[in-house]
Amino acid sequence: MTKLNRFFYIFGLAASLSLAVNASAINLTGAGATFPYPIYAKWADTYKTQTGINLNYQSIGSGGGIKQIIAKTVDFGASDMPLKPEELEKNGLMQFPAVMGGVVPVINVLGIAAGQFKLDGKVLADIFLGKITKWNDPALMALNVGTKLPNETITVVHRSDGSGTTFIFTNYLSKVSPEWKSAVGEGTAVSWKAGTGGKGNEGVASYVQRIKNSIGYVEYAYALQNKMTYAQLKNHDGQFVKPDDTSFKAAAANADWNKAPGFYELLTNEPGKESWPITGATFILMHKTQDKPETAQEVLKFFDWAYSNGGKIAEAMDYVPMPEKVQQLVRAAWKAQLKDNKGKTFWK
Amino acid sequence: MPTFLREVHMKRHNLLDILFRNITRLSAFTVLVLLVAIMVSLIIGSLPSIKAFGFRFLTSAEWNPVMDEFGALVPIVGTLVTSTIALLIAIPVSFGIALFLTELSPRWLRRPLGIAIELLAGIPSIIYGMWGLFVFAPLFAEYVQPWLIEKLGPLPIFGPLFQGIPMGIGVFTAGIILAIMVIPFIASVMRDVFEVVPTLLKESAYGLGATTWEVMWHVVLPYTKIGVAGGIMLGLGRALGETMAVTFVIGNAHELSASLLMPGNSISSALANEFNEAVGKLYTSALVELGLILFLITFIVLSLARYMLYMLTKREGSTT
Repeated sequence: MTKLNRFFYIFGLAASLSLAVNASAINLTGAGATFPYPIYAKWADTYKTQTGINLNYQSIGSGGGIKQIIAKTVDFGASDMPLKPEELEKNGLMQFPAVMGGVVPVINVLGIAAGQFKLDGKVLADIFLGKITKWNDPALMALNVGTKLPNETITVVHRSDGSGTTFIFTNYLSKVSPEWKSAVGEGTAVSWKAGTGGKGNEGVASYVQRIKNSIGYVEYAYALQNKMTYAQLKNHDGQFVKPDDTSFKAAAANADWNKAPGFYELLTNEPGKESWPITGATFILMHKTQDKPETAQEVLKFFDWAYSNGGKIAEAMDYVPMPEKVQQLVRAAWKAQLKDNKGKTFWK
Repeated sequence: MPTFLREVHMKRHNLLDILFRNITRLSAFTVLVLLVAIMVSLIIGSLPSIKAFGFRFLTSAEWNPVMDEFGALVPIVGTLVTSTIALLIAIPVSFGIALFLTELSPRWLRRPLGIAIELLAGIPSIIYGMWGLFVFAPLFAEYVQPWLIEKLGPLPIFGPLFQGIPMGIGVFTAGIILAIMVIPFIASVMRDVFEVVPTLLKESAYGLGATTWEVMWHVVLPYTKIGVAGGIMLGLGRALGETMAVTFVIGNAHELSASLLMPGNSISSALANEFNEAVGKLYTSALVELGLILFLITFIVLSLARYMLYMLTKREGSTT
């Protein structure tokens, strides 16, 4: 054997060896929403130590997640904005909610503490429309009798990037303010009528903390971690509620997932005395017909594990796990809708 | 050496020469091909948007992803205004730095100062952005902006440029951060070209009784104007395309405002913010068209600069 031949021989051996190793270790890939990234990463970490299965989730944003799953470059996509049933149909996708969270208005006004300030949906919409421009506006004074409000201009802070958080927030404003609905509407990115934009939840959080007399909206977890001054909101039943686990769970419990085709359910402005009005679930997207059912099976196993065992971790990280009832619906949907390329179902 | 050997030798040389020439030519053409390819793919990507909006895209300030209505006026204005502010601040400061370093500074201070400027040029732009947002903007909002609003706001013509609320972030802040970022580029180029001015010329001027300023203005600057303009263009190029630092402090609002203190948007920061999450064909296409416009702006500005330089050198030839 010449030197060169031996080189190729060894090289080939090494290559086939590494292929064999790759085949035995299962790698699951997902991409999408940034909001659930911390919890998916934590779940994946815990899951790996228990099963050895590696799940790699890239938080490239909901829009990116939708694009990637349609292009089939990932095993699952993730989006904070559920796709409408007809869009799911068009792309051959199914979706299910993975975990929930809440969006909270945060303010930075000297002398006002967290949970002290009160807002209702219409006033919140008017502030973001640029119609209410002063903190001592009569509408705000009426909601906050006894609180001293400064005669200062309100600076509105919104997201500069497209975001599921924005979708949940604008969906709520559209439900409570006809004017918002006609002037701005809902979406992951909208045409803002006032204010300045921060990139990501952390961008909005840091702007609100740095700009005096500002108001913004962030995911609950960001508000807590940054010790921000969140506001109370008047909900559908006319009660003022604080954002916390109880009020998010109340909103989820009052949603009727049974009647939502393709799990297209938005948890904003839900009825119920305790419901937090701007709650939302984040969704997982998968192809209905799977070319690699074994991989899809592993993805489902992961989320099945997360439903059964990941609730505590979720709560510790200020997310809200899906109620048991919804979990059963999702498992039934996996069984009914996901098929391999021969048309056989594979989830048991 | 026998003749035939010499011929073989020559042939080999020739062959190597040809090979070498072709390799270098290939490298040069790769650049050209890449440039054209980028241009073409940008045009293809922005076709849906060009078809939908036409020329209106350049003049409309509307940016509404919900209704699929897009116009590039706000980011175009933002890009041009922030770059202009940056150059207005950076050129005189850089000139001062270069003048001090080459003419006035004590010899022992030159090296440390020069190295400090080069280090500034090496700092990644995101660091400038974070510094701008976390350190500069709060100080600016606390101490400078209220003064600007109070003193300059009520003025008749320039007033509207300085009205609003002291937020710290906005178009003006972005311009200042950009200026800090391009100063090291412009200053180090200026210093390098000032240093190559023959001592003989300068000494003659000093000998005639010229002051340092007069030597600078009448001898050094005319001698080096092409290099100086090149340095400024380098800075302008960086300012036009700068993304991260601007995104941090410009405020990212698609709103046209007369005031420099209010938030705005630039082309590159709009792209950085929105491309990932752009849903729908028209939205993505509008963003690609923004990219194309930035490409064209840079191209036009640099061509204009080249033309100006060409005219300068030509006129020089005719007068002397």
